[in-house]
Amino acid sequence: MKEDELFTPVTSEELEIKEYIRPGVGYWADAWRRLKKNKLAVVGLVMIILILALAIFGPIFSPYEYDQTELTNVYGKITLKHPFGTDELGRDVLTRVLYGARISLAVGFVASFINLIIGVFYGGISGFAGGRLDEIMMRIVDVIYGVPILLIVILLMVVLQPGLKNVFIALGIGYWVGMARIVRGQVLSLKEQEFTLAARALGASRWRTLVRHLIPNSIGPIVVTATLLIPNAIFFESFLSFIGLGVSAPMASWGVLASDGSRAFQSHPNLLFFPAIFISVTMLSFNFLGDGLRDALDPRLRK
Amino acid sequence: MEPVIDVKNLRTEFKTYAGVVKAVRGIDFKIYPGEALGIVGESGCGKSVTGLSIMRLITWPPGKIVDGEIILDGKDILKLPESEMRKIRGGEISMIFQDPMTSLNPTLTIGFQLIEMLKLHRDYTDEQAKNRAIELLDLVRIKSPKEVFNQYPHQLSGGMRQRVMIAMAISCEPKIIIADEPTTSVDVTIQAQILNILNDLRSRLNSSVILITHNLAVVAGLCNRIVVMYAGLIVEEGLDKDIFDNPRHPYTWGLLKAVPRVDEEERERLSTIKGLPPDLIAPPKGCPFAQRCSYAMKICFEKLPPYFDIDREHRVLCWLLDKRAPKADRSK
Amino acid sequence: MKKFVLRRVIAMVITLWVIASLTFLLAKVIPGGPFTKEKALPPAVLRNIEAKYHLNDPLWKQYYDYIKNLLRGDLGPSFRYDALTVNDIIKKGFPVSAFLGTIALLISIGLGIPAGIISAYKQNFWQDNFVMFFSILGISIPNFILATLFMYFFSLKLHIFPTAGWGQVGNIVLPAVTLAAYPTAYIARLTRSSMLDVLNQDYIKTARSKGLSEYKVLVIHALKNALIPVVTYLGPLIAAVFTGSFVVERIFFIPGLGRYYVTSIYDRDYTVILGTTIFYAAFLIIANFVVDIVYAIIDPRITYGSGG
Repeated sequence: MKEDELFTPVTSEELEIKEYIRPGVGYWADAWRRLKKNKLAVVGLVMIILILALAIFGPIFSPYEYDQTELTNVYGKITLKHPFGTDELGRDVLTRVLYGARISLAVGFVASFINLIIGVFYGGISGFAGGRLDEIMMRIVDVIYGVPILLIVILLMVVLQPGLKNVFIALGIGYWVGMARIVRGQVLSLKEQEFTLAARALGASRWRTLVRHLIPNSIGPIVVTATLLIPNAIFFESFLSFIGLGVSAPMASWGVLASDGSRAFQSHPNLLFFPAIFISVTMLSFNFLGDGLRDALDPRLRK
Repeated sequence: MEPVIDVKNLRTEFKTYAGVVKAVRGIDFKIYPGEALGIVGESGCGKSVTGLSIMRLITWPPGKIVDGEIILDGKDILKLPESEMRKIRGGEISMIFQDPMTSLNPTLTIGFQLIEMLKLHRDYTDEQAKNRAIELLDLVRIKSPKEVFNQYPHQLSGGMRQRVMIAMAISCEPKIIIADEPTTSVDVTIQAQILNILNDLRSRLNSSVILITHNLAVVAGLCNRIVVMYAGLIVEEGLDKDIFDNPRHPYTWGLLKAVPRVDEEERERLSTIKGLPPDLIAPPKGCPFAQRCSYAMKICFEKLPPYFDIDREHRVLCWLLDKRAPKADRSK
Repeated sequence: MKKFVLRRVIAMVITLWVIASLTFLLAKVIPGGPFTKEKALPPAVLRNIEAKYHLNDPLWKQYYDYIKNLLRGDLGPSFRYDALTVNDIIKKGFPVSAFLGTIALLISIGLGIPAGIISAYKQNFWQDNFVMFFSILGISIPNFILATLFMYFFSLKLHIFPTAGWGQVGNIVLPAVTLAAYPTAYIARLTRSSMLDVLNQDYIKTARSKGLSEYKVLVIHALKNALIPVVTYLGPLIAAVFTGSFVVERIFFIPGLGRYYVTSIYDRDYTVILGTTIFYAAFLIIANFVVDIVYAIIDPRITYGSGG
């Protein structure tokens, strides 16, 4: 076609063929893509899945019980039969570490979950209700925030006696305030946006609006906070165990194992080394994942 | 007359995860002393990036000026070392930003933010700098400048903050003042005041003003020359009477038509330009406006048009000006 | 500004009162707690306790006496050792812990803030990745693991520092570094994210457009704004140093308050536990209060309110 002939107007059909708009990327798809690019976060996620698998299935495949003592083989060396050695009562360290995984991870997830539920609903209701109720609820949060929670937790554990159930109670007491504040902040800003108005106009009850609309849209920060609560819970549990207030023997979380191990580590480093590695790797993984999630879900970093 | 600044073939790009965005794709223009040039276009057309490029405020990552020359005082400022460029920033070219609420440092007093600039580019003593700063505040019509000098930004209203920004920009009597959407974040009454101040300063200091905006009304009052940008290119350029009385690019037509008129018949729908701007990661090989243009021809999608001169100062980037093109009826 | 201080003072008093009451409640109300009369205690201790706490008085009177004693600074006798009072223990241990804690704090601020600044300025370059990697390690590895690791390598294997004890300069290094690990890491991350936020603000663009050097932009314009959120973290930072001290003092055998506290927990020396807890809590709450005031002073938006 010679150039001169190109000077004819374009018909509307031809115009439509030429139209091309780059497809927009949805929020979740974009977040997932960004998360995948973050190598550390992916490593963290993989490690968590691995450790979870070990925790769930490991003890089943072990030939030993976690409290099975073998007094002829105390402080055993690392062998094929006992890949992590044995402890002061001849119990297989590997098995105990795997059982410990169950307990520590359970503490992490359950504590995080409890704080999540309390925090989300407290913050959601406070933010949504607004006015006096919000003020009162937030004053309470401020007071709790000002109280050093760990001290209260310690006090509680001293009084309640060590034990797994009490650990859950103690950890569920005060750490929900951070989540509550974040959720309240989200709800407050979303409340003003128009889709809330639309939902109400369509006749949604206030409870429904809260649960079905406001909370799902706050999921981003909620997920990040919840993920980061898990390593905190694991840390606090091991801390409590270290000062003798965690779960009771012979049940052994990683914290207890590490605490016991730290006493004998000069001569038998494996007793500290293996639980310590597991604690550290788990916490690292959750922190990597939490960081990655935070970056991926931050709407300001889109594009 | 020699131009104060001569921009040649400026190209600026930004690297994003989705690809390289070619924000400014080869623009040329000159500005003469004492002129007010308006750069008009919709969001994303590259006008702000042009302003930032002239100041060399494009930070890498992710942005980079990849080609072009900007001649100031006979030197290409794009090739200057950073230390030289810093003398030019604020000293010979200064910039006023869009949002006065966030453009001032909240933890420093107004006085400090003014004095720091004066002491940087001029050899003032503290005393002289303070006096000059108060003078400047007065010049931009701030009442009680002595009090404001000691105040913090959050204690001032939006309009006052914008005027402080202007005071800062003119404090070293620059040759060029770039105002990036100076009226967008303030309400209408303040808009008028600010434009007045800019105009006043232009004649008083004989500085040139580059006014970047999407609002044609703002440009009409102040600017004697206008550049219309679209998708990183200049599509039309001319004196204000050329653009308003004899526009020749379909995009300009669309822009002018879109301004709602108080005296229009109530039945008329508000006119808009249909469609969306093109993707600047993979910009079209032909005219960027073709997709939305009611007068598009086949060649518009094939090749980028050259500039056609209509008048001494008036040029248009459009195939419709080619003698082979059919006559375009603007009223369509 | 005055209103701000007043509100904080009131909050502080309320919180302290809440804690005092809470500890009292826990001691008395929960069954099997420390003051039920069935415990078999050595007679000397029992005499002290009876004398002090008037266990036969009605509850409200015990509470009233309790609060009165607290306000006088009297935290009661030890539950286990008849010659010691809680105040004695605190007087002995706190100065040691305070010294160690201060050093750790100085390290964490002196190292953490510059690290965070560099990291933010060189975002995504190797300096950033380096700092971020180590800071994630610092917040993820529990300090008792770090402590034992350090002790293993630097004391036992390399013999650079003594293993335990207190009194010489060498004793300070390992415990202080261990204690400083988590706060340094946290401050570095916080400074970095705060700095990144600030560097993206418009007023930084304005500062650059004035022709200021990068150094001036960073130090004069960015830093002050970026440090404000970091200052608010100082309160929790001090708390973290406290809780860290429990572990570090125990492992390195340092005669500080933290170690006595942990020992008292093992011994179930209830009065010491409660008394020390109240002491710690009061200290932290007052520290938080001071930090709040400092924060208000630095941020002109709070000092000057919104006038004009």
